[in-house]
Amino acid sequence: MLKSLSWRAATLSVVLFVLFVGAWQLATSGGSTALPPGMDPEYAKLLGLGATQGKSAMPTPLEVGAKIWGHLRDPFYDRGTNDKGIGIQLAYSVARVALGYLIAVAVAIPLGFLIGMSPLLYRALDPFIQIMKPVSPLAWMPLALYTIKDSSTSAIFVIFICSLWPMLINTAFGVASVRKEWLNVARTLEVGPVRRAFTVILPAAAPTILTGMRISIGIAWLVIVAAEMLVGGTGIGYFVWNEWNNLSITNVIVAILFIGVVGMVLDLMLARAARAVTYPE
Amino acid sequence: MSKGYISIEGLARSFPAPSGSGAATTVFRDLWFAMDKGEFVCVIGHSGCGKTTVLNILAGLDDPSAGVVIVDGKEISGPSLDRAVIFQGHALLPWRSVLGNVAYAVSSKWRGWTKQQVEDHARKYIDVVGLKGSEAKKPAQLSGGMKQRVGIARALSIEPKILLMDEPFSALDALTRGTLQAEARRICVETGQTVFMITHDIDEAIYLADKIVLMTNGPGAQIAEIVVNPLPKERARDSFHKHPLYYALRNHLIDFLVTRSKTFAAEIAAKAAEGRPHDARRPPVILPAGLEKPITTLNGSGPAMAQSA
Ligand SMILES: Nc1ncnc2c1ncn2[C@@H]1O[C@H](COP(=O)(O)OP(=O)(O)O)[C@@H](O)[C@H]1O
Ligand SMILES: [Mg+2]
Repeated sequence: MLKSLSWRAATLSVVLFVLFVGAWQLATSGGSTALPPGMDPEYAKLLGLGATQGKSAMPTPLEVGAKIWGHLRDPFYDRGTNDKGIGIQLAYSVARVALGYLIAVAVAIPLGFLIGMSPLLYRALDPFIQIMKPVSPLAWMPLALYTIKDSSTSAIFVIFICSLWPMLINTAFGVASVRKEWLNVARTLEVGPVRRAFTVILPAAAPTILTGMRISIGIAWLVIVAAEMLVGGTGIGYFVWNEWNNLSITNVIVAILFIGVVGMVLDLMLARAARAVTYPE
Repeated sequence: MSKGYISIEGLARSFPAPSGSGAATTVFRDLWFAMDKGEFVCVIGHSGCGKTTVLNILAGLDDPSAGVVIVDGKEISGPSLDRAVIFQGHALLPWRSVLGNVAYAVSSKWRGWTKQQVEDHARKYIDVVGLKGSEAKKPAQLSGGMKQRVGIARALSIEPKILLMDEPFSALDALTRGTLQAEARRICVETGQTVFMITHDIDEAIYLADKIVLMTNGPGAQIAEIVVNPLPKERARDSFHKHPLYYALRNHLIDFLVTRSKTFAAEIAAKAAEGRPHDARRPPVILPAGLEKPITTLNGSGPAMAQSA
């Protein structure tokens, strides 16, 4: 039953994919693009539509497939600032995300522990966290550029800031809501505070902490693309922006796919880690 | 009055009113009670009279508002590995296996032991409670009775001076409860374990206890009296209710829970009028079967008294 369900789901996925690609092919193989009716040709030019007159700027699925194949065959070439392989660009982004994220882990988990264990700190810091949490991390960018003066480090800082809040909030919440009876077990066994933190509080709060870490990595990967569009230089976000300036819609589409795949892999890694620390009650 | 191995002296606990304003509620007050080494004492009383609170104070998990608890000549402060607790919920750590849960307690007590020593010791107690073969299972894979067995193994494994149990079998079905009661009694009698146990199950108290402490209803609960169990030390779970003294004891306890626990204030007022005031420091120690003569010393109680009655 279960097997047949996954089998049917896979079949449906394939069918939907084929339909989508077919529709895409039909829509893009028409040849010339007619301007939207009633649009001023001057305005169309401004939008960049004029530059692709005669041929659709929208690539066909085959063109995209060929491009993906080309990138996969040689992902790491480096021919100067504006021409690097997509693998290199992704590696830059992943490295920035990893660095900003790991710094955030190193800050958020110990700090979250303290906040979670102290009702006083919990209440005292809550207003700050509540105000900082909804701020788009990109809003920090000018401040970061002004104080840090280095664009790449600023991007890492923005990743740090956006990864921080979900982990901090979840760690504090997870630690604060460890079941009292488990803490009492540790107390009656005269377990000291450090051992208690590692043998009771951490395993008890781990699923909640990992949920926060998973939210954070997702947000960080969302934010890095926008951040790199702003700071430029390297990274998959810069790649997308650069290809848009080159009017290579094919490469933009390819980049979108790669961004999605890398994001999915990051999420899967955290999901697997979360499963490893989850306990049934 | 001889001080027992455990001596509860003038214990009271009040909680502030929820809103912060208004009067605090005194759950119980002026509790005096002593028990000897190797004794099995059950406390019965209605839900909410403060039994768990008393046990938490004994465990060192809660502090009294007034009074002290003296164990083996020393006033207790905070929890201790000398006093093991079997919790009302089993309170097993769900991410640890059966062995891991027991080993956690063992390694907390003997911090210098090697992993092998810890595991060997833990296995011994897992064996005692009849869970051999389930060492690697996680609590979620165990039935309620098995979980409570792990809780018992964990408490016994640290070889405590006193075992504190808070309605340990109340969540189990009748059959499992009976089996576990019999095993708990066997283990405690064999090892001469001192046990302080809370229950609201009269038969459980009669089967397990040497002495039964009766608490009146809260708020402001008191110890009404201490009933000496007249049943012989050798009792079997499936036949103890056929003992000639069983019904006298049972009726006495039911009578207390049904009526006297509510009307105890009026009862002591009436007795005081007769010139027999209730002394909270020396709650009457009595035998059931209408035997009114208080036994004033806590020592020398037990089955022998039943014959002399
Ligand atoms: N932390 C607390 N704050 C306020 N009231 C409490 C607290 N713990 C227990 N109580 C009150 O004390 C009374 C006795 O509780 P408890 O000791 O759990 O009773 P029992 O175990 O006999 O059922 C109850 O009325 C309960 O509401
Ligand atoms: Mg209770």
